[in-house]
Amino acid sequence: MNMPRLGRWQWATIVHIRLETPQVKTFRLSLAEPSPHLAGQHFLVRLTASDGSRAQRSYSIASPPSDGTEIELTVERLPDGEVSAYLHDELAIGDTIEVRGPIGGWFIWDGSTPALLVGGGSGIVPLMAMLRLARRTSEALAHLVVSVRTPDDLIYADKVCGPDTTVIYSHRAPDGARPAGRLKVADLTPLVRADATTYICGSTRFAEAASDLLVDAGVAAETIRIERFGPTG
Amino acid sequence: MSLSRAFRGRGGPTNRRLPPGQYDTGRSWPVLTAEVTPRIDLASWTFTVEGLVERPTTWTWDEMHDLPSATYSGSVHCVTSWSKFDLTFTGVAVETLLNAASPLASASHVLVFCHTAYTTNLPLADVTAGRALVTWEVDGAPLPREHGGPARLVVPHLYFWKSAKWVAGLRVLAHDEPGFWEVRGYHNYGDPWREQRYQGD
Repeated sequence: MNMPRLGRWQWATIVHIRLETPQVKTFRLSLAEPSPHLAGQHFLVRLTASDGSRAQRSYSIASPPSDGTEIELTVERLPDGEVSAYLHDELAIGDTIEVRGPIGGWFIWDGSTPALLVGGGSGIVPLMAMLRLARRTSEALAHLVVSVRTPDDLIYADKVCGPDTTVIYSHRAPDGARPAGRLKVADLTPLVRADATTYICGSTRFAEAASDLLVDAGVAAETIRIERFGPTG
Repeated sequence: MSLSRAFRGRGGPTNRRLPPGQYDTGRSWPVLTAEVTPRIDLASWTFTVEGLVERPTTWTWDEMHDLPSATYSGSVHCVTSWSKFDLTFTGVAVETLLNAASPLASASHVLVFCHTAYTTNLPLADVTAGRALVTWEVDGAPLPREHGGPARLVVPHLYFWKSAKWVAGLRVLAHDEPGFWEVRGYHNYGDPWREQRYQGD
């Protein structure tokens, strides 16, 4: 797969902000230098304080591949987050931030082969870019499984419904849904395809648990790609 | 505008020990994973030095532990921006392993290979003279599986992706062969002090 060129630091303008859940926002950015990306990649965001000190973090791109003039980054506000707290609490439409990307050469999907997407909490973000890419055709090449604690934690709730998605509520489920409980092998077995690549994204604990379940469900370990960055635990 | 409006960093006056763009992760130690964490049985674990050497050599777990011990105490720096200070790794110096195998005069680089599909590349000079260890113990306890246990490479002067987890050996080469992340857009060398994160940096 041809890797998009990794650009230099550039300025991006906030053109839209959407509150996904109480702690999660999606920022749509207009890029000064268009930077087309592949589904699964991320961007760096860098902040500079008046004393010159800097902080940078990576955020997955939620939007599917495009002409690269605009991207969507979904950011979870961490209680102790140096960068995420600033993005949530300070940024308004019209503000600019420094970004660099797209980055990522492993956890990427070009949409042409089957994919099983397994996300925990905010791990859904890069998987949503992949799902939105899959939905451009009628071939149903991707299926998303997302595990969240409660319905209040489900990011992109309006997009995560349909035959190509499975939502697992681990602590509190809505009426009529699968009863609350952790992701199990039985949830995954019907979705396993021998010709699929599996993409897992979430906390370390989730990634470890999910990969064990997937292997138990018959997925070959070498066909599993994992993405994990963010807070520990 | 080159400043972020109203951003107050935590860095304050520059912390000299932090490479540019890094933050101190404090007591936590993030786990970054690209592959499924392997379960490796110590009874069948081996470490091999092969390639352009006079004596290709393989050690078992017990044989490795009979070699002279080496320790690194200090910081490690991950390309995802976290740095962790005051870790102590114990194991064997890579130099000890290379000396046993005796690289040929033409040797210039190593390709590190692992019990998973992961690889990474290093110049020979960056894994000798005390600059690299194969380690199985951190802060006095066995290296946890998610951090590369039973044994990983530690090359602390470079970004931590060079410190390959679940290490299985070194292939000594007369050329440089980019590894897993190096062929996927990351810098070929990876010096955190020159912020060599991605290709072209």
